Amino acid sequence: MTTTAPSSTSTATRLRTARHGNRSLASVVFLVALWFALAFSVLCLTVLLVDAFLDGMTRLDANLFTRYTSRIQPEAAGARAAILGSAMVIALTALLAIPLGVAAGVYLEEFADPRRWYNKLIEVNLTNLAAVPAIVYGMLTAGLALAIDLPRRVVLSGAIALALLILPVIIIATREAMRAVPREIRDGSLALGATPLQTVWRQTLPSAIPGIATGAILALSRALGEAAPLLLLGGLVFVTYDPNGLMSGFTTLPIQIFNWAQQPQEEFRQAASAAIIVMLVLLLAMNAVAILIRNRYQKRW
Amino acid sequence: MATFTTATEAPQVDRTPVGQRDTERDLPTQPDPVMACDDVSIYYGDFRAVTRVSMTFGRNEITALIGPSGCGKSTLLRSLNRMNDLVDGARVAGHVTYHGKNIYDRDVDPIEVRRRIGMVFQKPNPFPKSIYDNIAYGPRAIGMKVSNLDDLVEECLTRAALWDEVKDKLKQSAYGLSGGQQQRLCIARTLAVEPEVILMDEPCSALDPIATARIEDLMAELRRDYTIIIVTHNMQQAARVADRTAFFTALADEGTGNRTGLLVEYDLTSNIFRAPKDKRTEDYISGRFG
Repeated sequence: MTTTAPSSTSTATRLRTARHGNRSLASVVFLVALWFALAFSVLCLTVLLVDAFLDGMTRLDANLFTRYTSRIQPEAAGARAAILGSAMVIALTALLAIPLGVAAGVYLEEFADPRRWYNKLIEVNLTNLAAVPAIVYGMLTAGLALAIDLPRRVVLSGAIALALLILPVIIIATREAMRAVPREIRDGSLALGATPLQTVWRQTLPSAIPGIATGAILALSRALGEAAPLLLLGGLVFVTYDPNGLMSGFTTLPIQIFNWAQQPQEEFRQAASAAIIVMLVLLLAMNAVAILIRNRYQKRW
Repeated sequence: MATFTTATEAPQVDRTPVGQRDTERDLPTQPDPVMACDDVSIYYGDFRAVTRVSMTFGRNEITALIGPSGCGKSTLLRSLNRMNDLVDGARVAGHVTYHGKNIYDRDVDPIEVRRRIGMVFQKPNPFPKSIYDNIAYGPRAIGMKVSNLDDLVEECLTRAALWDEVKDKLKQSAYGLSGGQQQRLCIARTLAVEPEVILMDEPCSALDPIATARIEDLMAELRRDYTIIIVTHNMQQAARVADRTAFFTALADEGTGNRTGLLVEYDLTSNIFRAPKDKRTEDYISGRFG
């Protein structure tokens, strides 16, 4: 022990200097740049949040949730119609987009022959569609509404636009979740005489559900924050009634915020800030649920 | 330890390598065929992985397929229950017959084939379900008429020499079991759909020697009711458990340089290990290559 002690001490010294003493200038500069980039983005976000919070704090009361917007009483304008409208549109969006997206993802991942040209074409298009600007989906829906004689400014049209918007995201999330299920599980099931459909239904899909749920929630939270496609559909900005069906006129939180923020009165801008806080809390809650699901049900194969 | 007490309860298997045994099981010179390959070649796209194999697999026997890596033994095994249908571009030429019927005929349903010819994989692959549901999965999926599922689960686990270790935790996840237990669970799961033939693709390569010994004991036990075909990298394992052994080698094609699998010699295990007829078998057995 006594003979090895000196050499092990010097090895320890060298390890220490390598870690702290010998760092080159370039790597220090790079590290500082990274820290700066991080600090800058966090700072911007903080300023925005604090600003919205300070502006909106005074209006963050029961009135915001229970009253409708008003032209003559800006100080008492509430977002009731917008909150209900958002809830309804998002629920319908989920109802439309999730079954369709999951089914499409399952087909592409498990049954489609990747060597066929049309499947390759779908594949390429899906990736591109996920990057198409939201407003384009508004135009698509407007065209569709015209073709099938559907009013543009109703809950159903809004939900169709948002569902189209998030469909590619859900399909891609589904495919990735299915792909993460190991080959051995499928083989094991098929080797027992289960059909490919049973294998998907009883093994692959249940194992992929946490991943699909995470992707779907994140997609829905994107839909929740979208105003562009709904504005293009001619989204209503002044609604003083609760949406009460698929064919009912509606407004949503982002549209309401967009409208209030344009008004000259200071009270409307405060109301807009308050509505922003509500929307941010909703979004954070949805993302938190997605993270929770991911962590809780994550499979280690 | 529980592992050892149950091991002694299991029927004793002669663990002496076949080449050194004094007494041997009486085996007919020609196997009583359950399955047979007739001039079977297997292709992946243009690449020929296995070339013109003809052999028969005997009822209630254990047949081992041995040979160096890339000799096509796993590929051949997967062609015996149409598992390689699932590989893009895989194609089988020749006949693989089961009770005289070519399983690659157009009117044959691969689902039915796989139910009758079960498979145990290299890496234990239990489903992410409870131990009970792992066994019950197959019978439920194929709509088997089972009078009492609990009894079936118990019977399969008992046959797979796992019952005593898991009877108190049937509702727990199969992922809590050790690797060896998981593999026996996979065997039990296969038994639940009442196959006639069980294919095993290097079933012990992910297991330690004790777990391996238990699987080998189990195979010797299962031979009474099932026909077993096993691929193994471990020559001692083939010598210990197999009634017949087929030695494959990989041959490089002169034109393309692609390696293709070839059946060199197929005989009683004792003959393969004691008196191989082919020089290549002898070289492999004696450890000169591979």
